[in-house]
Amino acid sequence: MKLLKVSIVLIAIIALSAFTSLDSPGYKVGDIATDFNLENVDGNMVSLSNYPESKGFIIIFTCNTCPYAVAYEDRVVALNKKYAALGYPVIAIMPNSPTASPGDNMDAMKARAKAKGFNFPYLLDKGQKVYPEYGASRTPHVYVLQKTNKGNQVKYIGAIDDNYQHPESVNQKYVENAVDALLAGKPIQETHTRAIGCTIKV
Amino acid sequence: MKYKFGILFSLVFLFNCNQTVKNDKEITYVENTNSMEDIELEILDFKSFEPYLNKEDNQVYVINFWATWCAPCVKELPAFEKIHDKYRNKNVKVILVSLDFPKQYESKLVPFIKDHKIQSQVVVLNDTDSNTWIPKVSEEWTGAIPSTLIYSRNNREFYEKSFNYNDLETEVEQFLK
Repeated sequence: MKLLKVSIVLIAIIALSAFTSLDSPGYKVGDIATDFNLENVDGNMVSLSNYPESKGFIIIFTCNTCPYAVAYEDRVVALNKKYAALGYPVIAIMPNSPTASPGDNMDAMKARAKAKGFNFPYLLDKGQKVYPEYGASRTPHVYVLQKTNKGNQVKYIGAIDDNYQHPESVNQKYVENAVDALLAGKPIQETHTRAIGCTIKV
Repeated sequence: MKYKFGILFSLVFLFNCNQTVKNDKEITYVENTNSMEDIELEILDFKSFEPYLNKEDNQVYVINFWATWCAPCVKELPAFEKIHDKYRNKNVKVILVSLDFPKQYESKLVPFIKDHKIQSQVVVLNDTDSNTWIPKVSEEWTGAIPSTLIYSRNNREFYEKSFNYNDLETEVEQFLK
């Protein structure tokens, strides 16, 4: 009986350790990101393959209901304005379950996109299949991808900048720095940053 | 800032006092709020907060990162309050670290603490450079809340997840063994 207990505990430890953060699911910098086909607030379906001209993408997992995500809305609009023309459009994906978070359903997403003048696709991760593949854990959570001959390669994972409260007091614009480095063909100084955010609602 | 809140609560208290001489039920309510009268938010940057993560006494520290705007955080708070209540005489100290926005300290956080009669210690962490301090709390933390750190002199575990009471108690018990 004791042996059985010990083996159960051991199996549990092995099973759990497969899911610890060291082996956390999702992409690391250097991985090739999967494409997706998700519904946009305008009713169209959007995939990365719809952008043959782009050099890469700024994928942002964000939502209506997280105050941190809301604090960054204007900055996300500005990012797309600046970088879509340079070949790095913003694609926003809303990862929350609309059942768990009704303020994030498609109608609410449409309303927010209209009110804030989103100049980029705002997609619903229907069935919540895409965010776990990327490994997004919160909103907002950014993945900068660069097109390579192997596919869309993850170049940066993390926060938009280092000050959610005061855009005017930002010292490090992490996403801009990363995309600027890619555009200049230089190595990205910080490829991974962290920020407080809202857990994804399942 | 602290002074301002002090005055605010004194006023609330006085106001309640006037209202409540009417019947016994409300007098009981005043007795409860009496202990809340002196709420003073302890607002810290990470440098000032960091000692809370590295106490070397013989207590078990349960440090929960939350905010009033975070629905799953608010949902799990009663579990932490219950731990505080049940284990405070067993060398367990619960600290609720609020990550609320400064502009909502007065409008949301203070009323929340008062309305829910939060008994655990609340400290407020206000440090925008989270990329620098998140890994100092735990290398495992991506930054999502709710998250909880439990540590003692010999042991330290970080949980980027929500807790129900039973799971939280199981974890706390591990530290008391």
